[in-house]
Amino acid sequence: MAKNCHNDYKMKFSGDEEFPDLSLHNNHMAKVLTKEIYAKLRGKSTPSGFTVDDVIQTGVDNPGHPFIMTVGCVAGDEESYEAFKELLDPIISDRHGGYKPTDKHATDLNFENLKGGDDLDPNYVLSSRVRTGRSIKGFTLPPHNSRGERRGIEKLSIEALASLDGEFKGKYYPLSGMTDAEQDLLINDHFLFDKPVSPLLTCAGMARDWPDGRGIWHNNNKTFLVWVNEEDHLRVISMQQGGNMKEVFRRFCVGLQNIEGIFKKHNHGFMWNEHLGYILTCPSNLGTGLRGGVHVKLPKLSTHAKFEEILTRLRLQKRGTGGVDTASVGGVFDISNADRLGSSEVAQVQMVVDGVKLMVEMEKKLEKGEAIDGMIPAQK
Amino acid sequence: MASSFSRILTTRRKIGLLSAVGGSVTAGFLLHREHVGAGAPVRRSYPASAEYPDLRKHNNCMASHLTPAIYAKLVDKATPNGYTLDLAIQTGVDNPGHPFIKTVGMVAGDEESYEVFADLLDPVIKERHNGYNPSTMKHPTDLDSSKIHSGNFDPRYVLSSRVRTGRSIRGLSLPPACTRAERREVERVVVDALAGLKDDLAGKYYSLTVMTDAEQQQLIDDHFLFDKPVSPLLTCSGMARDWPDARGIWHNNEKTFLVWVNEEDHTRVISMEKGGNMKRVFERFCNGLKEVERLIQERGWEFMWNEKLGYILTCPSNLGTGLRAGVHVKLPLMSRDPRLNKILDNLRLQKRGTGGVDTAAVGGTYDISNLDRLGLSETCFHSGEEHFEGGVNKVQLVQTVIDGVNYLIECEKRLEKGQDIKVPPPPHKLFK
Repeated sequence: MAKNCHNDYKMKFSGDEEFPDLSLHNNHMAKVLTKEIYAKLRGKSTPSGFTVDDVIQTGVDNPGHPFIMTVGCVAGDEESYEAFKELLDPIISDRHGGYKPTDKHATDLNFENLKGGDDLDPNYVLSSRVRTGRSIKGFTLPPHNSRGERRGIEKLSIEALASLDGEFKGKYYPLSGMTDAEQDLLINDHFLFDKPVSPLLTCAGMARDWPDGRGIWHNNNKTFLVWVNEEDHLRVISMQQGGNMKEVFRRFCVGLQNIEGIFKKHNHGFMWNEHLGYILTCPSNLGTGLRGGVHVKLPKLSTHAKFEEILTRLRLQKRGTGGVDTASVGGVFDISNADRLGSSEVAQVQMVVDGVKLMVEMEKKLEKGEAIDGMIPAQK
Repeated sequence: MASSFSRILTTRRKIGLLSAVGGSVTAGFLLHREHVGAGAPVRRSYPASAEYPDLRKHNNCMASHLTPAIYAKLVDKATPNGYTLDLAIQTGVDNPGHPFIKTVGMVAGDEESYEVFADLLDPVIKERHNGYNPSTMKHPTDLDSSKIHSGNFDPRYVLSSRVRTGRSIRGLSLPPACTRAERREVERVVVDALAGLKDDLAGKYYSLTVMTDAEQQQLIDDHFLFDKPVSPLLTCSGMARDWPDARGIWHNNEKTFLVWVNEEDHTRVISMEKGGNMKRVFERFCNGLKEVERLIQERGWEFMWNEKLGYILTCPSNLGTGLRAGVHVKLPLMSRDPRLNKILDNLRLQKRGTGGVDTAAVGGTYDISNLDRLGLSETCFHSGEEHFEGGVNKVQLVQTVIDGVNYLIECEKRLEKGQDIKVPPPPHKLFK
C-alpha cells in the first residue's frame, strides 16, 4: 500500500505548529478536535496513506454557518473510521443522536416489514424517492482514490449493473462520452448529476479528474438509478411520481440486494460492519445511508408556527425541491427521514410514511380552517 | 543536477529554521538537504497505464507534453517533501482549458519539483517560454534600474504604472504543497524582514485572519486586498487550503510598495503609483526587493533562485523574473483598430482588462504588460537589437514595456490626428 512520505515530512514540525486555526469555525469536526487528539492522531496513516489532515481538510477550509452544523470531515477509506476513532467517534455521537462506540446498528432491507405506504394522497404527495449509498470493499473512497481505482470501481459497477434483469434491465451512460442528446434527456428526467461545486465537497478532493470514471446507470423504466463515483462509490436511487412509497421501497430493496449479490460474487462486497452499518464517505451517511422522502404540498402547514416542532418530533427534515440547500417552491417541500445510524432502513422509511400521512391530514384540517393542536404527536 | 542547488544553505539559515522548529531532529533533516535526491518512491496498487489521465479533450502545456512514457517514468517518484507528479498535474487534469487560451496545467510543490519532474517540466517551460531550454541555457538577473530610459509616460494616456514579481523562501514548500506550519513560517520570516524596512519603504502588515472591518474596507478601496482564490486553476492545485491562515498584506505608508504573503506564491512584491512614471516605479521595485533580500539574508534565509531557471515560483509561467510590468492606458481608438493584437504581439506585450487577468477592458482602457518572463532580464534593450547567448533580463523586460507603451501612445495620437499607423516588425526569434 502507499506510503505517505509527505506526512513523514510534516512530522518534523510540531503538532502545535500544524494545528489548524478553528476559532471562527462551526462544524462538528471543529467542536471535537483538540490539540491533544490532533497530536495523538497526526502520526498515523491508514494502509492506503490517508491521514488526519486529509480527514479534516474540508472542515478547516469551510468554517460553516452559524445556524447550519456541517460535519467538517470525511473518510478516505474503510480503515479511516478505525484509525481516527478518537476524532470520528465523538463526531458520530454528536451527529447521530448520542450513538456510542459500543452501539450496534441493525440493517433491515426486508420491504415486507414496511406497513402501509401505498396510500399517500397523490393530490398532495407528488413523488416518492428512496436513496442510499454503497462503498465497494477493497477500494479507497472518493476523497482519496486514484484514477486507476476510480476506473476499477466504474468497470466493476458496469459489469454488475449489466447483469441485472427484468424490471431492472437498463443502460450505463459514462459522463465522459455522453452525447448532447443523451445529456439533455438525462437532465429532463432529473437524473443527471453535475460536477460538485460545493466547496464542502471540492475541498475534500472528491471532484478530482472530473468526469473520468463517473457515470449514470438507470433501468429502462426510469424508476431505478445508480450514480457511479460522485460523492460515494455508488448512490442507489428508487423513485416514481405519486405517493406509492411502498412500491418505491420494494424496488429499492430488491434492486440493492441484486446488486450486492453480484458484487459479492466478484469478491468485492459492500463496506459494512455491525457498529457503523454501511460505510460511506461522509460520517453523516453512516448506518443506512438512507434518505427516503417525498415531494409534498404543504402550503398551510409549512407556515404554521409549530411546523418545525412537528418535523422534529416526527424525526423528519425538510428541504427545498432542489434538494439540500435549496428553497421550497410553491409550498412544496422535500420531506425525508432525519436519522441514518441506529435505526434500520424499514424503521426510517416507516417514519416517513407515517409522518407524511399525518402531515397531509393536518394540511387538510388547516384547509378547512380547523385547528391541529390535538394532532401534534409526541417525540418519536 | 547538483549545480542547480549551488547556493548551499548557510549555517545561519539552518539556525533560522532550527529556532523555529527546535530540536536535533530538524538538524538532521537540514543536513540532508544539501543534495537533491528524490524522496521515498511512491508505491501504488495500479500500473502507470491504469493511472494515466484522460487528456483527449485537454488543451494546456502539461497535456501537450505528458506522454504515457514520461508519466510511467515519473509517477513513482516524489520530492524529498513527498510531492508527487500526480499532485503537480492535478490542476491541468481538472481544468481541460480553452481552445484559444493555453494554460500551463501544472505547478511545482517545492523547489525540488523542477529537478525531480524535469522530464515533464523542461518541455513545458520550453513551450511556455519561447523555446528556452532549462537544461542548456542560463537565465540572467538584472535589477539595475539606472539602465532604464524614457520611462515617464504621458499622463493623459497612462493612468497608472505597476511592476510585480514573486519570491519564494528557500527551504519551505510552495503554496500547493506547504503544510500549515510551513505557511506560518513563511509569514513569520517575511513579516519579520519587512518590519526592517525604513524611510519611504517603512510600512505595516495586515494579517487576513485578524483584519478589522475598517482595515479591510480601506485595503479594498486602495485596490490592495486580495481575495481567496476562486479560479479552479488555482484551487485545484491546493493553493487555497486552510484559507485565510497565514495570509496577509503588507504595504508601505505611502501605499506605493506592497507585498502579498501566501497567496499564489510565498510572496508577491508590487510597486505601483498613479500616473506614468514607470522609471520611478521600477526604481522603488528594485530598491525594495534588494532591501527585503538583504533583510532575510541577515536572518539566515534566502530566495529560491538558480542560474537555469532564475527565481523559482509556483507556476512555471512565472519562472525567471516572475515579472509583470504594466500600465493602465487609455487607447480608445487603438482598441477599435483590428491591427492591435498583431502590434502587441510584435511588441512582446499582452493586454488584459483593468480587473487583471481574465477581465475585460472598460472604455478602451487596457492593462498592457510584458508577455515574457524567462530568458529575459528585468531591464531590456529594444527588441530590435541583436540577441546574445542566454536571455534577456528584468531590465530588458521593463524597457520592452516602456518602449512598447510609448509606441502605442504614438499610434493613438496618430489615429487622433487621422494619420495612419504601422505594425512594427516582429522581434528576432528569441531562442533557437
